[in-house]
Amino acid sequence: MSMTDEAPRLIERPVAASGEATPAPGMAPLATERDVVFQSQDVSVYYGSFRAVRDVTFDVPKNEIMALIGPSGCGKSTVLRCYNRMNDLIENARVTGSITYRGTDLYDERVDPVEVRRRIGMVFQKPNPFPKSIYDNVAYGPRVAGQKKGLDDIVENSLRKAALWEEVNDRLNDSALGLSGGQQQRLCIARAIAVGPDVLLMDEPCSALDPIATARIEDLMQEIKQDYTIMIVTHNMQQAARVSDTTAFFTADVRSENDTRTGILVEVDTTQKIFSNPSDERTENYVTGRFG
Amino acid sequence: MISRLSDDRSRAAIAASIERRRGDTRGLLFKTVLQMCLLITLALLAVLLVTVALDSTDQIGTRLWDFLQGTLRSRSTDERLGLHQGMYGSLWIAIIVAVLAFPVGIGAAVYLEEYAPRNRFTSFIEVNIRNLAGVPSVVYGLVGLALLLNGQIFGLDRFTGGSSALSGGITLAILVLPIVVITSGEAFRAVPIELREGAYGVGATKWEVIRTQVLPYAAPGILTGTLLSMARAVGEAAPLILVGAISGRLGDNPGLFDIGALTDQFTALPIVITSWTVQSGRDGGFTAAAAAAIVVLLVFVLMMNSAAILLRNRFEKKRG
Repeated sequence: MSMTDEAPRLIERPVAASGEATPAPGMAPLATERDVVFQSQDVSVYYGSFRAVRDVTFDVPKNEIMALIGPSGCGKSTVLRCYNRMNDLIENARVTGSITYRGTDLYDERVDPVEVRRRIGMVFQKPNPFPKSIYDNVAYGPRVAGQKKGLDDIVENSLRKAALWEEVNDRLNDSALGLSGGQQQRLCIARAIAVGPDVLLMDEPCSALDPIATARIEDLMQEIKQDYTIMIVTHNMQQAARVSDTTAFFTADVRSENDTRTGILVEVDTTQKIFSNPSDERTENYVTGRFG
Repeated sequence: MISRLSDDRSRAAIAASIERRRGDTRGLLFKTVLQMCLLITLALLAVLLVTVALDSTDQIGTRLWDFLQGTLRSRSTDERLGLHQGMYGSLWIAIIVAVLAFPVGIGAAVYLEEYAPRNRFTSFIEVNIRNLAGVPSVVYGLVGLALLLNGQIFGLDRFTGGSSALSGGITLAILVLPIVVITSGEAFRAVPIELREGAYGVGATKWEVIRTQVLPYAAPGILTGTLLSMARAVGEAAPLILVGAISGRLGDNPGLFDIGALTDQFTALPIVITSWTVQSGRDGGFTAAAAAAIVVLLVFVLMMNSAAILLRNRFEKKRG
């Protein structure tokens, strides 16, 4: 079921044969030691004329967990939502700069955001199961994608991957709203997995959960990262240190003269380095608890 | 160990310190005033219902079936006096309102809330729809008169048969349209953003999000609003007078579901009630007939509201 090796098919219209700049299969990989899923270059996000985040540039390596950390209002969720075009849903939001997903510009006008979201799934801050049965929640994505057969298998596999199958297999037709918060969040992960994505974006997935449910989700992330690339926004520095391989630290640049805050990326590095020996003083102050 | 004596003393001090000292007079007064408000409302309603019920016994208590089957007559003692034509008119007005106002109103609300860009023009439209909901109903009667009877626009009078139940129904559908748009719009706005995001997040298109999440979630609210607006339409008299509802000289009783009679001369329950009340001045027996017609109209409206509540509960259960 893994789609990770397929070439991206985000663009609805077939690419003209006359030499678009897509790398041919079998071409030498980029000059990095790891495969890169996303590359962002000078990304800024505006809400109307207000610039919420500016000049974010970093790469997201494949099959790793990348954590985005930083104080409140530093724009980390905003950045995360750029990667599956969720910001498109906000009427006056605008993204500049470039984000490529496996070499394709996500904001190219030929890219269909609906297709993007099938490959780049999302788990939200508050568990948001649909007011439907457990089964219908997981089957929702495949169904809107037009799939009618084999749904039972998809539902079972997704629930197993999300470590929820054992708890719910005898009540798949019960309402998902009857599950506990932690179960609901794992159901949302199963729902995201069911469409066979390549990347999972998680926006503070544990902030509404108790420590035990949080630990289960963190274990789960470790189990599934061999199949998916994961980006997680978290307020919880211990969580970032526990689960992630690389960490990006953001902060808010406050301009007192016009009272605006703009999120900026301070540094990106291996999680170990960020938490033990960061290059930037601001990072050090944050991870040691001196501010934020 | 603390001695028992000091223990007792401190306990007494604590008890005294948390003792209730003054009565909450203002709070009590406020609560009483509120209770009076409720009582006045209920008392007025009770007086209304009891007097109407008592007045109606002459008709409903003695000849209910004949009364429901009968027609408009000029004398209250006429044994064929009855309400059938009024019921036919009101029933079909309700049906026409449901068929015309609900889909159009809900559709307009979906567009306004889900598709239309938020700008000055759309908020101008929204303000206007809200104002339209407050326009006196007699004005809508004028719209119906111009549009459906006089054939000033499109020659619609040929289609409606002029002054007819169809014209009345269309006029009242126009009357409740803004209410349907507003209540449906509010139901759409109440759909949690998390549901929409969840659906978009797994690759649903806008249409799929609306069909599978927004509409089912908003259904109970839409239903309540629309059925209440239907009850309002059924109770309106003023616009129907302007589109020519009459209170006598109607033809034979049409069957309740005789669609052919939709383009004939018509009347409706509120018109019958008005006319019989007016006639009670010269013929006292009409008081009972008018009261009985009110009871029938109330039962009709009550049935619609109960249906609204039942359907809403069912939809709400479904959405979990």
